[in-house]
Amino acid sequence: MSEQARDAVGDYRYGFHDPEHATIRFDKGLSEQVVRDISALKNEPEWMTEVRVKAYHHFNERPMPKWGNCSELNNIKFDDVTYFLRSSKQTEKNWDDVPEDIKNTFNRLGIPEAEQKWLGGVTAQYESEAVYHSIREDLEAQGVIFLDMDSGLKQYPDIVKTYFGTVVPYSDNKFAALNTAVWSGGSFIYVPKGVHVEMPVQAYFRINAKNMGQFERTLIIADEGSSIHYVEGCTAPTYSTDSLHSAVVELIAMKGAKIRYSTVQNWSSNVYNLVTKRGVAYENSTIEWVDGNIGSKLTMKYPSVLLRGEGAHAEVISVAYAGEGQHQDAGAKVHHLAPNTTSNILSKSISKNGGRSSYRGMLQVTPKASGCRSKIVCDALLLDEHSRSDTYPTMEVGNSTADLEHEASVSKISGDQLFYLMSRGFSEKEAMGLIVNGFFEPFTRELPMEYAVELNKLLELEMEGSIG
Amino acid sequence: MKMGEEVLRIENLHVSVEGVEILKGLTLTIHKGEIHAIMGRNGAGKSTLANVIMGHPAYEITQGSIHYMSKPLDELEVFERARAGMFLSFQYPAVIPGVQVGTFLKKSTQSVRQVELSARDFRKELKDAMGMLNMDSSFLSRYVNDGFSGGEKKRLEILQMLLLQPKLALLDETDSGLDIDALKIVAQGINMVAPLAGCLIITHYQRLLDHVKPDYVHAMIDGRIVESGGPELAVKLEEQGYEWLEQHQ
Ligand SMILES: Nc1ncnc2c1ncn2[C@@H]1O[C@H](COP(=O)(O)OP(=O)(O)O)[C@@H](O)[C@H]1O
Ligand SMILES: [Mg+2]
Repeated sequence: MSEQARDAVGDYRYGFHDPEHATIRFDKGLSEQVVRDISALKNEPEWMTEVRVKAYHHFNERPMPKWGNCSELNNIKFDDVTYFLRSSKQTEKNWDDVPEDIKNTFNRLGIPEAEQKWLGGVTAQYESEAVYHSIREDLEAQGVIFLDMDSGLKQYPDIVKTYFGTVVPYSDNKFAALNTAVWSGGSFIYVPKGVHVEMPVQAYFRINAKNMGQFERTLIIADEGSSIHYVEGCTAPTYSTDSLHSAVVELIAMKGAKIRYSTVQNWSSNVYNLVTKRGVAYENSTIEWVDGNIGSKLTMKYPSVLLRGEGAHAEVISVAYAGEGQHQDAGAKVHHLAPNTTSNILSKSISKNGGRSSYRGMLQVTPKASGCRSKIVCDALLLDEHSRSDTYPTMEVGNSTADLEHEASVSKISGDQLFYLMSRGFSEKEAMGLIVNGFFEPFTRELPMEYAVELNKLLELEMEGSIG
Repeated sequence: MKMGEEVLRIENLHVSVEGVEILKGLTLTIHKGEIHAIMGRNGAGKSTLANVIMGHPAYEITQGSIHYMSKPLDELEVFERARAGMFLSFQYPAVIPGVQVGTFLKKSTQSVRQVELSARDFRKELKDAMGMLNMDSSFLSRYVNDGFSGGEKKRLEILQMLLLQPKLALLDETDSGLDIDALKIVAQGINMVAPLAGCLIITHYQRLLDHVKPDYVHAMIDGRIVESGGPELAVKLEEQGYEWLEQHQ
């Protein structure tokens, strides 16, 4: 990055942007016509167009949530958002065919390198659509489907029609409605019975244009006894005006299957990140959300699991880092709908320089769900007096046999810890970096190594700006 | 015996915490290769002395001075003191959750010694030191002091001392809570570092001094050194306590 660019974006390493080269760019603003145009452009089946239009009307009618950071939500100018932007004519299978500067961007983000070293497949989405997509041949040979969502709909319309919107219906919330109306891109994955995808597959989402809205839609189905680990990353340039990222992710884990969904969200601080992520877990299956929120202006995201089959298990590990001008409103929701289901929720947040992080959690046990176990741990670390952390836990327990544990703590870095580390040669910033990395360790150790290293570096960098 | 270079010189040191004077005019000089032991009852100000030498921000020097390597220490931050070769083995080492001992040791060794150690060289050095202290390699993947027993904490302190190769070693009750075998191991560590450093050992008991021969023993009461002598003073303090010194005052 040039000095100038560096000055402009401060410590955020991914704040650079490419010149825009749209092949198709819609005018700003949202209308039924925009929704129909997106669908027409993609040659979608009629039913999808209809779902989109219904969702659009629901979005219009539905009021903004009355909870969370309402004042910030009300600042979103939906008329200023670009709802569709195609930057490459097609999704390429070879990086060399991807337009030069887009390819360079992903190079800079380390995606092709990671692909070669440790991934089973990659989707790279730039603005509204995937510009690159590949899957290892051996996985394809085993019948694993990994496509961008648009191609998924084209090639497997029946599967998509069966499951689309079943986990997150458009009526779920205002932003799920928005996503359903204007969705574009995202991943479509189907893992056949008994197939274990050993290497993680990754999707990377990049917003480049100003005032862009990115609305990817992801659907992952793991058939009986199968397993997959999906990793997503995201970044955007730093602009003085805002962008909107509003995704919907639906996971379906059939009997005995396991899905792990890992996210490292590192949007620039001008992005509203309002995402609905939910999974359904059937008998003896496992869904794990490993969810890291480092960037964005406002994130509202509560990965959820519906434990629908006996013996199903949910695991949600989330961390949030809220720096200056940021609000991370994150958490987890788990619904125990069947007997002997179990869940673990670990949420960790760090607030610094006036940043705010909130834990919002929901734990439900229905009357017929006997013998359930759940453990919730929320730890917040405040790095100064101006920063803030709150927790909003909700529990609805309808079965007295449930075994529930809930622990919450708010802490500060102690003078003793700093003194100890400094007496071992670490500067104050380095000491803070170590403590912060240690605090997030239960999360980072769950990430693929490359991500963990990257995240630790990122947090150390964040600490450097902190002390006068 | 030829005297080594001067490592630490404290003159008429007065130190306050939150407005209360704890050290009330303490004077002490340590040369390279010397082992000094300070003994005193709980609350005498021993840890305060160790902390203020290391630069703890809570302690205010109201009078007097500390020189390290013949230079005044005033302006040096804690980590700069560490990098200049000062080391404190803590009476109560802090817990750093989530930070693995191995990572921590490598980073701190690099910070203090200001060298890029190859992974291989460092591993070898670490393995030797841990072998000497009878520490299992499983230590390395645990989190710093998290869930450690008293003895394990003290051993980790000594391991750090060996790796950081200090010029001034301050050991604050490193012998407390150790069984006799652990005590011998810790003593061995101190004896390895001692010839190349000035050592200040803070202790309640004579028993560590059976294994680490002090050149000087000082008795501390209420923020002052009231009596200094050779190893025989430690024996006397252990047998007779401190009353005889108080009457003295
Ligand atoms: N950080 C501190 N804040 C307040 N009082 C302190 C602090 N450190 C030490 N003191 C007080 O100073 C006195 C000496 O304590 P300390 O140096 O720990 O003694 P020793 O190590 O000899 O037992 C005690 O009365 C103790 O309460
Ligand atoms: Mg003490």
